[in-house]
Amino acid sequence: MTAVKPAVVAASKLGLTFQTNDGPVQALSDVDLTIGKGEFVSFIGPSGCGKTTFLRVIADLEKPTSGSITVNGMTPEQAREKRAYGYVFQAAALFPWRTIERNVALPLEIIGLPKAEQAKRIKRTMELVNLAGFEKKYPWQLSGGMQQRASIARALAFEADLLLMDEPFGALDEIVRDHLNEQLLRLWAATDKTICFVTHSIPEAVYLSTRIVVMSPRPGRVTDVIESTLPRERPLDIRETPEFLAIAARVRDGLRAGHSYED
Amino acid sequence: MKALKPSWQAVLAIVLCLVAAIWGAMSVPEVAAWAQPTATIDYPYMGTKGLMYGIAIVAAVLSMFALAPALEALVLFAGSTAAALLLLHGITGFEGTARAPYYLLLTATWLLGWRCVAVLSSMKPSNRWMSTTLKLAVPALFGVWILVLWEAITRGAGIPFILLPPPSSVGVRIVNSLPVLWADVNQTIFHSVLIGYLLGCASGFITAILADRFVFLRRGLIPIGNMVSALPIIGVAPIMVMWFGFDWHSKAAVVVIMTFFPMLVNTVAGLAASGHMERDLMRTYASNYWQTLAKLRLPAAAPFIFNALKINSTLALIGAIVAEFFGTPVVGIGFRISTEVGRMNVDMVWAEIAVAALAGSVFYGVVALIERAATFWHPSVRGG
Repeated sequence: MTAVKPAVVAASKLGLTFQTNDGPVQALSDVDLTIGKGEFVSFIGPSGCGKTTFLRVIADLEKPTSGSITVNGMTPEQAREKRAYGYVFQAAALFPWRTIERNVALPLEIIGLPKAEQAKRIKRTMELVNLAGFEKKYPWQLSGGMQQRASIARALAFEADLLLMDEPFGALDEIVRDHLNEQLLRLWAATDKTICFVTHSIPEAVYLSTRIVVMSPRPGRVTDVIESTLPRERPLDIRETPEFLAIAARVRDGLRAGHSYED
Repeated sequence: MKALKPSWQAVLAIVLCLVAAIWGAMSVPEVAAWAQPTATIDYPYMGTKGLMYGIAIVAAVLSMFALAPALEALVLFAGSTAAALLLLHGITGFEGTARAPYYLLLTATWLLGWRCVAVLSSMKPSNRWMSTTLKLAVPALFGVWILVLWEAITRGAGIPFILLPPPSSVGVRIVNSLPVLWADVNQTIFHSVLIGYLLGCASGFITAILADRFVFLRRGLIPIGNMVSALPIIGVAPIMVMWFGFDWHSKAAVVVIMTFFPMLVNTVAGLAASGHMERDLMRTYASNYWQTLAKLRLPAAAPFIFNALKINSTLALIGAIVAEFFGTPVVGIGFRISTEVGRMNVDMVWAEIAVAALAGSVFYGVVALIERAATFWHPSVRGG
């Protein structure tokens, strides 16, 4: 690990147990992880491995029950109050009564930015996600891919240094997903943000990340952390190179090891 | 066969006309006139009988040629209307003397009217203006036919005025008592209903927000609200009269009580309608309670709130009218209904009912229009 970068997220011995009607469920157990500034970290694993839960703990949408975690050196709650991160959900979660433009403006209104600054940020982020010209449309007039891009624009307009993305492209078809992956990488290169990215897809994780965190379920824990040796500049056809395939194979092995645990 | 396009309504109408013609006399005086050919007995449809049959049969036959739908509808409309008007006009002065052929001919014209509405409602006009006109014309024609049947049956059968007056006499009464009707509308609709409605809906809405904000209210008040909204609240009307006096204030109070709980219950349900993901989203923005309320939860609750507004628009009218039965100054829709029925002036009662129905429809329509504009984004409005 290149340890000189300041830690954006630092978790140690992090655990979270949900109390359900069927008894306690251990969603996270003993997670130790440090994410440095400017990293692109993917979380991959089968459903129930706690990857989304971990993201939600960073976002202060869930409270850990043991261990400790800091975000930008603060507790997650303080970080949330300071608006330290933008969060992109599995679905676009756009408000149907607002135009795309007003949806992107939503977090800016809540922060209380002046109108001129809002307009500037909306224009910039709409261009970043290639949605210029669709400002006055309503979400339900756009395709699923465009809606998800709008929700990314909304998270970007927030201008937090940390972007948390929970399977943002999970519901989209592969062609759209490839396209959005490429755009996301370009965006990351252009803005120097730290990105935490939850996914089900091995190629997506390998293509995007500087580091891949492999997780396994029951209890949710980290089984492997893989540093990517790929260059930062990544055209789509990098996915056919032996280097790419080697990393993908290692991720697959990690996932299989996690699974064999319960067989 | 392409030149003909038979419809069962038109065929049946022709058959009915023929049966009626063979049956003979349309009214009791006509029977008497035939029995005593020497006496000069006046009877209905002396000169128009053949004309009516002719119009109905010609219209029915014409409609079965493969005409353009608009032309077919026009022929049917003209034929059925002319025959029905002649029929209604002829019975004047001979109410209660109609015999079977009268009803057969009435049925025949009604069948033609039915066919006309059927043709109109199956038309698919290309431009917007035409389709809007059609959308209005179909229910209007339908409604007019109900009135025609009502008129023809009450007069043909000579139904006692007290039981059911013909709509024409109600119409005459409305035209002749416009000042009284206006005073009643002003008292009941513009004071009791509107003020009570606004106060009731507003207080129900505010209480819902408070119940959302404070847990003890939610736990304590909402179950009681659910229970009270099932009670026949109109029973408190006499008490309200004792509290607030005879004028519109007591009626407005009844309306407030009637509209309060539906608004409360619906708004509380609406505030719970926003999705988890959207609420999490607002949380990630560190949005405070009021911001989340204004930007997410109230807009998401709008369909529920408008539902309550629509329910309340009819409840308010019922409440105000019935509450006036328990003591009012000498004006108001409910007052007029209860006194005029006692004086056997049922046409005035029906006139008040018609005016109340019109006012209620306009009220509901306005609320529904505002709803369409405000919740344009909802799948039920945008249609997809």
